[in-house]
Amino acid sequence: MDFATILQVLDSTVRLATPLLLACLAGLFSERAGIFDIGLEGKMLFAAFFSAATAAVTGSVWLGLLAGIVSSMVLAGIHGLASITFRGNQLISGVAINFLAAGLTVVIAQDWFSQGGRTPSLLGGARFNPITLPFAETLQPVPILGPVYHDLISGHTIPVYFAFAMVPFTWWLLFRTRFGLRLRAVGDSPEALDTAGVSVVATRYAAVAICGVLCGIAGAYLATALQAGFVKDMTAGRGYIALAALIFAKWRPWYALSATLLFGLLQAVALRYQNIDLGGIVVPVQVMDALPYILTVVILAGFVGRAIPPRAGGEPYVKER
Amino acid sequence: MRDVMPKWADVVLIPLISLVLAFLLSAVVIIAIGEDPVAAVKMMVTGALGSTYAWGYTLYYATNFIFTGLAVAVAFHAKLFNIGGEGQATLGGLGVALVCLALPWPHWTLALPAAVIGAALFGAAWAAIPAWLQAKRGSHIVITTIMFNFIGAAVLNYLLVNVMRPVGSMDPATAKFPNGTHLPTLHDLLAPFGIAFSRAAPANISFLIAVAACILVYLLIWRTRLGYEIRAQGHSEPAAIYAGIRPVRIVMAAMLISGALAGLMAVNNVMGEAERLVLNSVEGAGFIGIAVALMGRSHPFGVFLAAILFGFLYQGGAELALWTDIPRELIVVIQALVILFTGALDNMVRMPLERLFLGLRKGRA
Repeated sequence: MDFATILQVLDSTVRLATPLLLACLAGLFSERAGIFDIGLEGKMLFAAFFSAATAAVTGSVWLGLLAGIVSSMVLAGIHGLASITFRGNQLISGVAINFLAAGLTVVIAQDWFSQGGRTPSLLGGARFNPITLPFAETLQPVPILGPVYHDLISGHTIPVYFAFAMVPFTWWLLFRTRFGLRLRAVGDSPEALDTAGVSVVATRYAAVAICGVLCGIAGAYLATALQAGFVKDMTAGRGYIALAALIFAKWRPWYALSATLLFGLLQAVALRYQNIDLGGIVVPVQVMDALPYILTVVILAGFVGRAIPPRAGGEPYVKER
Repeated sequence: MRDVMPKWADVVLIPLISLVLAFLLSAVVIIAIGEDPVAAVKMMVTGALGSTYAWGYTLYYATNFIFTGLAVAVAFHAKLFNIGGEGQATLGGLGVALVCLALPWPHWTLALPAAVIGAALFGAAWAAIPAWLQAKRGSHIVITTIMFNFIGAAVLNYLLVNVMRPVGSMDPATAKFPNGTHLPTLHDLLAPFGIAFSRAAPANISFLIAVAACILVYLLIWRTRLGYEIRAQGHSEPAAIYAGIRPVRIVMAAMLISGALAGLMAVNNVMGEAERLVLNSVEGAGFIGIAVALMGRSHPFGVFLAAILFGFLYQGGAELALWTDIPRELIVVIQALVILFTGALDNMVRMPLERLFLGLRKGRA
């Protein structure tokens, strides 16, 4: 494997890790506030369809992104209604949202475009196009660093840079602001927050809304940047991988970055090589497919660094009388 | 708060109202895509209940959903959410395939019990690791069973592509099972009684096994010591421990039974219908089990009725997709709405009803 191949694999790692990272951070906000969210997959899928559909009709990727965010927030609103207002089971609500998105996207796509549950292919301004960072061409002849800058760091779409910038921002928001303190408190002990006179309901809704926005961007990225249009079930389990990454990251932003990059690398390798020959032992592609899930189970088992979720996660808050 | 409502309201009225809400919203979706909901319902009724052929498909799907619904229901009684029915049914299929291909079975009466054991064992085995991790290490069972769905899919993919595929075949599937494993269909079973039933429909003797499973689960949950312990653990773990019930044992038992029930689905779809193991043979039935268990209030009789309803929706939806522009995914939407209203938004229906019954009671007193 030469240097150029490594760069190509890493480049596709970054592209594939981006939706995982956005969805993982989305889940991080929600679960840190005590709202379990297994509906990441559904929200991404919903956003992917509405962003692609809007971009296809209007020809503007930015309107598509907006539609993606709004549609994902509608589902986030349903999740909030079920799990905060009506104190229902958050896991069941998440399952329902995943099915709602899987069904509605195809039904609506068939009605609007009649192309068997897909949108027309997006061209030109209807997609996020790669942007070249300054001096990428000039610096390319520099050995090693030049190609790294030109091929790996430069030449991605805007959502990719946004996703990576979200990592320090999430850290700052959660651990250095009053809002972040309240958000984490509502996930660990909502009664303390209630005693301090801060609204548990409002804080949790805020967290769920942020989750909706980030899932929306993740879905829009899938349909308008990574691929050119929506196809049925295009999230292909990414929401669940993001969920796995969130546990792998123990609900922390910087760990989330490394976990999603690792899972992105696994996807990139599985995409490029079918079976990997490690000096006599052939690793089949299915092992690469299953590895994120296996690693997560190992982490969950607590044999390698125990993952402890927010204490009040999954429990509706009932004010004491 | 608990006894505000009479029991019949809790068991019948709330699921019914939730179902009506889900169907009303589905009708809105049908109108929104420019179709006629009344015509759609008529077509579904004819397509799913109008002939013995239609019934044969409805009951075939219902058989799958009874097994996966019971699986979710048994786990619910221990307050465990087994979302891994999909993976457990996939592995159950592997068990059935291994049994059917292992011997040149002379007759189905011999092959069926062996296949039942194979399916149940493999399904239970796939639930065992998440169950053990939940019981011993406190890993959240929802997350681990989701992960095991994906791991199961990868395992089966690997086995079908690299190991079990017959030489010279491009299709990632096992060889066809020997003739001796062919299960009698409802046509074969009803013919001796002079009842004409469609020969082409896939409903088979597994339906009777599913009905037997309903009865056995009822007896297990409400008539045995283990069932009592499972329910006690589900109501309050501290109280169960105080009563000398060991949570580890109950979690393991409930999940193994749950996994075995999900695995049993493979007797119907792998052995009874496809007669070979293909990729993605479960087709989402594991997830439909969640909707079925929620609608059926985790009671075997409720699960049975809900499974028939979903069998009807599934077969009716396939007919709709065949004759109209309404895609099959409409059924997924209905399924999502049923899960949403009966599972997550339960309180939305319950709270106003409780107020209503409270008002009625005060008026009487």
